[in-house]
Amino acid sequence: MPSTKVHILNPNKWVELHADYLYNYTIGRINNQDTAKDIVQDTFFAALKAQNNFKGQASERTWLISILKRKIIDHYRKINSVKGKAEVKMNFYSDGDREGEWIEERVPSNWNSEIEKVIENTELSEAIEKCIDKLPEKYAIVFRMKTIQEFDTEEICKELEITSSNLWVIIHRARTQLRKCMEQSWFKI
Amino acid sequence: MKLTCDEATKICDKSQYKEASLVERIKLGIHLFFCKKCGLYSKQNSMMSTCYKIHKNELNGKEHCLNEEDKKHIDKELKARIKPSAVNVGQH
Repeated sequence: MPSTKVHILNPNKWVELHADYLYNYTIGRINNQDTAKDIVQDTFFAALKAQNNFKGQASERTWLISILKRKIIDHYRKINSVKGKAEVKMNFYSDGDREGEWIEERVPSNWNSEIEKVIENTELSEAIEKCIDKLPEKYAIVFRMKTIQEFDTEEICKELEITSSNLWVIIHRARTQLRKCMEQSWFKI
Repeated sequence: MKLTCDEATKICDKSQYKEASLVERIKLGIHLFFCKKCGLYSKQNSMMSTCYKIHKNELNGKEHCLNEEDKKHIDKELKARIKPSAVNVGQH
């Protein structure tokens, strides 16, 4: 039986009840504390302005999350339109006779053979995080959502408003770049 | 249809998430048979997936919270924005 309960908003309690939840949700997508904090705050302000649009069908938290999602897309769009601080490294020739072939210095090289030991190392996580941070932000966001949070492709595409072929190009570039970064910082013989 | 190394490694990445189609996997298999560079990429790619998994487990073990100071700040800012309209309502 569908619930007929009508939810009401109580902005005085928002921070106390929902701030941590919204923050945790955001940090999973945008792994930057200051940006995440700003986005959470913006969400509350936007929600306050939009109070009259609340129909009471969804819970207060669900409604706040829907506004938060919008804010995250806005952020994604913003970083997508300005040239990111980190450059995208070319891994393959993009034109000419050798189009699609490996660029010499990007060709995979052999790694340390005692890989099991390398993987058991506790600093692995830190090294990966450093490499992800070197990616252009929009690549990092898509990569995290797909690989760390294990979202469905469809869901990421819907949330970030990109096509699935876009998504795979981004994942491909991110992974090729991360692989090279880890090769240099971690798997070097 | 022959794949370039760029396309082959893209399918290779896709298959790490088990989302490459059958046709793609066959094309990739043929490419990997002939191309040593991509073969190495493919082998190391599985290793990278293991690393990401370890990283994922480490990250997911953590709950992220806002610190109390930030919360107080946001709360104050938010309540400051609630008040003006509440006062207006009171006056009319």
